[in-house]
Amino acid sequence: MALQSLDIAQRSATTTPAPSVRQTSEVAKLIDVSACIGCKACQAACMEWNDIRDEIGSNVGAYDNPADLSARSWTVMRYAEVEENGRLEWLIRKDGCMHCADPGCLKACPAPGAIVQYANGIVDFHEENCIGCGYCITGCPFNVPRISKQDGKAYKCTLCSDRVAVGQAPACVKSCPTGALQFGAKEQMKDYAEHRVADLKSRGFEKAGLYDPPGVGGTHVMYVLHHADRPELYRGLPSDPSISAMVHLWKGVAKPLATVALAAVALGSLFHYVTRGPNEVSKELEDELEKEEGQ
Amino acid sequence: MQVSRRQFFKICSAGLSGSSIALMGFSPATALAEVRSFKLARAQETRNTCPYCSVACGVLIYSMGDKSKNAHSNIIHIEGDPDNPVNRGTLCPKGAGLLDMVHSPNRLKFPEVREPGSNEWRRISWDEAAERIAKHMKADRDANFIETNKDGVTVNRWNTFGCLVSSAASNEPGYLTVKTLRALGVVALDTQARI
Amino acid sequence: MTNHWVDIKNADLVLVMGGNAAEAHPCGFKWVVEAKKQRKARLVVVDPRFTRSASVADYYAPLRSGSDIAFLGGVINYLLANDKLHHDYVKAYTNASFLIDEGYSFDDGIFSGYDAAKRSYAKDTWKYQLDKEGYAKTDPTLQDPHCVFQLMKRHYGRYTPELVGKVTGTPKEQFLKVCALIAETAAPNKTMTICYALGWTQHSVGTQNIRTMAMIQLLLGNMGMAGGGINALRGHSNVQGITDMCAYSDALPGYMSAPTDADADYKAYLEKRTPKPLRPNQMNFPQNFPKWFVSLMKAWYGPAANEKNNFAYDWLPKKDGAYDVLAMFERMHQGKMNGFVCQGFNPLAAVPNKKKVGDALAKLKYLVIVDPLTTETSEFWKDHGEFNTADASKIQTEVFRLPCNLFAEETGSYTNSGRVIQWHWQAAEGPGESVSDTEVVARIFQKLKAMYQKDGGKLPEPILNLTWPYRIPSKPAPEELLMEISGKALGDVFDPKDKTKVIAKAGEQLAGFAQLRDDGSTACGNWIYGGCYSQAGNLTARRDNADPSGLGQTLNWGFAWPANRRIIYNRASCDPAGKPWDASRSVIKWLGDKWGGNDVPDMRPDAAPDEGVGPFIMTPEGVARLFAPALAEGPFPEHYEPFETPLDKNPFHPGNAKALNNPAARVYKGDMEVFGKAKDYPYVGTTYRLTEHYHFWSKHVAINAVLQPEQFVEIGEELAKEKGIAGGDRVKVSSMRGHIKAVAVVTKRIKALDVDGKKVHTIGIPIHWGFKGLAKPGFIANTLTPFVGDANSQTPEFKAFLVNIEKA
Repeated sequence: MALQSLDIAQRSATTTPAPSVRQTSEVAKLIDVSACIGCKACQAACMEWNDIRDEIGSNVGAYDNPADLSARSWTVMRYAEVEENGRLEWLIRKDGCMHCADPGCLKACPAPGAIVQYANGIVDFHEENCIGCGYCITGCPFNVPRISKQDGKAYKCTLCSDRVAVGQAPACVKSCPTGALQFGAKEQMKDYAEHRVADLKSRGFEKAGLYDPPGVGGTHVMYVLHHADRPELYRGLPSDPSISAMVHLWKGVAKPLATVALAAVALGSLFHYVTRGPNEVSKELEDELEKEEGQ
Repeated sequence: MQVSRRQFFKICSAGLSGSSIALMGFSPATALAEVRSFKLARAQETRNTCPYCSVACGVLIYSMGDKSKNAHSNIIHIEGDPDNPVNRGTLCPKGAGLLDMVHSPNRLKFPEVREPGSNEWRRISWDEAAERIAKHMKADRDANFIETNKDGVTVNRWNTFGCLVSSAASNEPGYLTVKTLRALGVVALDTQARI
Repeated sequence: MTNHWVDIKNADLVLVMGGNAAEAHPCGFKWVVEAKKQRKARLVVVDPRFTRSASVADYYAPLRSGSDIAFLGGVINYLLANDKLHHDYVKAYTNASFLIDEGYSFDDGIFSGYDAAKRSYAKDTWKYQLDKEGYAKTDPTLQDPHCVFQLMKRHYGRYTPELVGKVTGTPKEQFLKVCALIAETAAPNKTMTICYALGWTQHSVGTQNIRTMAMIQLLLGNMGMAGGGINALRGHSNVQGITDMCAYSDALPGYMSAPTDADADYKAYLEKRTPKPLRPNQMNFPQNFPKWFVSLMKAWYGPAANEKNNFAYDWLPKKDGAYDVLAMFERMHQGKMNGFVCQGFNPLAAVPNKKKVGDALAKLKYLVIVDPLTTETSEFWKDHGEFNTADASKIQTEVFRLPCNLFAEETGSYTNSGRVIQWHWQAAEGPGESVSDTEVVARIFQKLKAMYQKDGGKLPEPILNLTWPYRIPSKPAPEELLMEISGKALGDVFDPKDKTKVIAKAGEQLAGFAQLRDDGSTACGNWIYGGCYSQAGNLTARRDNADPSGLGQTLNWGFAWPANRRIIYNRASCDPAGKPWDASRSVIKWLGDKWGGNDVPDMRPDAAPDEGVGPFIMTPEGVARLFAPALAEGPFPEHYEPFETPLDKNPFHPGNAKALNNPAARVYKGDMEVFGKAKDYPYVGTTYRLTEHYHFWSKHVAINAVLQPEQFVEIGEELAKEKGIAGGDRVKVSSMRGHIKAVAVVTKRIKALDVDGKKVHTIGIPIHWGFKGLAKPGFIANTLTPFVGDANSQTPEFKAFLVNIEKA
């Protein structure tokens, strides 16, 4: 399988340093929202390639189907009708994992090897190691990972790491009929984005720009936006995403302390996990605590 | 850095269920961070055309089996043909979902008949189907064929029978359908082009 | 398409109107996006809805469904009034200078020659003035009051921006902005392409919608140019090919007009279809009709078709009236049909007025369904609750359902909208006992033939003599069939210039239609496909995608009919002297001794420019027609209201009730009675497709059922508020013919329009649901639509009719 291995840059809940001698180029997917027609070819290709089929749902009064990301829908189109100064725009954004350079999910993940970041920038979930705790969700500034009701594990876009490993573009990118999705070396994608931004500016979108948010170290999925000054217009794309304070604390201070102090308790916890599955009470407890906080 | 109660709770909890387990030696430490293996590595590749719209995108069909005698080809994946000058490897949501049309649970597999007044289908053989249909057609044609019109002009038409010809079929069956229909004297034929 | 998919990238302006290319043809639409990216092209969308195409447009303008001729007629008026014409092109390549019969007139919406009782026109005044030699008279100064240019100016002078706005609901400044953008392409080095589809065809004035646009493209000099043309994006993967095979009653393969009762004999049949040139030196290509026809009859009947029996002309059925799909269902509804075959066709869902179609099917003795999937039509007799109410015990139709293969399970060729024929290869066997469409036809025909051989019957000769040279009679090979379609020499074929020189030996595949003969020495199943399978092999299977010109012509990929030509009328891309209008996009040019360049010239190769051979070789006059007498409702397009209109009069002809709707459209008794009125059904209904689905097939496909699972209709926010409907509510939409129920999508993308002082709301109705499939069961949208078609093509008026809406 060596042919299909990718060098690992980071691995969740692992202290072993990552190999860093080999230099491979970083990849990126560019989503040019200005060329996207919201056709959902990317959704279809994603389902087909990754052997996932979501439920046949309902129409919720919008074109969004499935209505949200799920363990079986790793990308969805989000449609926004924005009308300003008498001009209507139908802003359609492909939502899914951004493959952050500084991935909050990986940092938050307590299961060794459940989340890895390859040297090419892809952040991949390895479900066989996933314990279903859901901390990746908390750690994600874009609210992307989802826990499967079927197997209790977290799933999200892999950027088709299996295709990229053999030199193929991700399934979504390959399918995209209008070329709204592009894939290549991250530097290439930034150059391409520059051309697109210039074109949009020539068509009157003065605030057009590239979305590659520094708060997460940049991303390996980037957007070209007509209104880069207001990413929230695109169905709430965060304007300045960052990893939550909690995850930083966990990584910096609490983790070694907790590891030592709670080692004894852990055995019991493991026993609980093995016999009862992931601790689901915690979610309810969290909500309660949150409610208290809000008061 | 401010840490809320919720966050603090989470940090501790994560410590419990996560790396502390690894610390205790229960980590699946040997787990390889391998990517999923590329499923088309040895699949058979066949060039075809998307059957949906008239952009007629080129597709690559991947199937299991190397066409050896005992291995039945089973289509496992369909994606765009990068060589096709029009679609250049891209596909729309219908084209990208073609695999599920090939394997739709609603594919017809056997000839069937629904007898007059019946409320159900019954499986029949191809031979029975062709025989019964041909008998109907011959009886109808022989009874209703018009050789000349009232002005005595030879018209040789059979207009109590009609056929809608598929625009989703290839040119070859389309041509053969037209050729046989016209030989039978059929004038009532049409295709999706009109609608 | 006169041009082809990739060529769209060569346009400076892309107009998407009468279609929604992004939604219906996403992979073709990429070339629109490419034109924007690489050429800085502008995209303009004109549509009743702000569509997915509009979402990436530079400019969008709304219009009321069914008012396209008013809009486009207004564009013609703008071009003429502001002198935004490609003058040299118009003078040399159109019939602008031709003089029309002095008896021609147009009076308050009605052209000369109208017979109200028959709802049709006598066209004897819609013709050219001829000189002594039989050539059309012209006035090159374009000043004669009877010349086409002046008549056109008078006709469209009435289409003022004010009146256009009143009819279309398009705000005046938006209309003028679109006009200004279009007018820029009058420059010889600027082109506009138009991408249209069913948004123009599915009207009672569908053909004239397209004609109006063709006139605009001629006035701007955009026909024959790279990045120009009139581009019908079309429907099914092989709708072009099956149309070319002429699987319809009016024509024989290759668009040869089929014989009718009006053709007294073979001689009269040929004479009527073999025109004389209307101007000196013209190619008048249809003069070759006898060669095409005789070669077809040789392909079908071999030695049994010969000079003695007029090449078996009598065996061809003669048509006594209309047999289009609407006419067929009308006949079936009247009980005049016994048997019916639906090959990959789902008329219960696809034909207007589902109730009428269901009632008609129930009157058949036998119905044969050939399909890979379970269609609604195959179960028209079965009760599916509110989606299809039926009592099977009362329906006596015997229904057969035969399983056939899908694309992946067969080998053969499809022809795309750009006329490119592409070969595909089988990847796997079909499920169960499914067989190819060819095999279904062959098996049934072989049975019939055996019965006629054994028992005789009515006119058995054409059945018994039909050529069947296939190695396996029940399973003709696709290669054998394509070779037959392409054509072969039966005897030696000689060079007409040198009768001693054999250009094709007996038994060889022919190189093209130029080698066809009318003496019985050649056989060809479809002349326009001539040469697609030549001695060089199966050219449709070629896969060299090299594009040395950079124009996207890829001349060695597949085979484009006719003659592997990628842009038809390409002679018009050059000025009369043979120099390209735009050297940077040169399609062909005069090389001093012959035509050549980046395409197969649409011109006799050695026709020197000074011979004055016109570029429109399929017309006897050699030029394109701004004035076209062939159409049913008039030589110039005129705006008529849809048969169900929210208005009580045609604002162009408020005083003439006869000119309210298309005066020449066919309406059957019983259908007129179920047209709704605006007082009961106040909203404009329009049906359309979604990009996630394909007609009624993809609801059987899991992925697509996930992407759009449930039937919905779209309404504007203003109407929703008025009716108390919120997004996600269930609503009932009704017309005079029935109702459907669906989820409401409330949107800013459909706006109420101010039409003739009245507020007009539009209700958008996607068509993809039915009572069979993996998606949630739904109603057949064609329950609502009216059973009336365009006067020329009989394409049903699916795009503009009247409905009401309420919360369900």
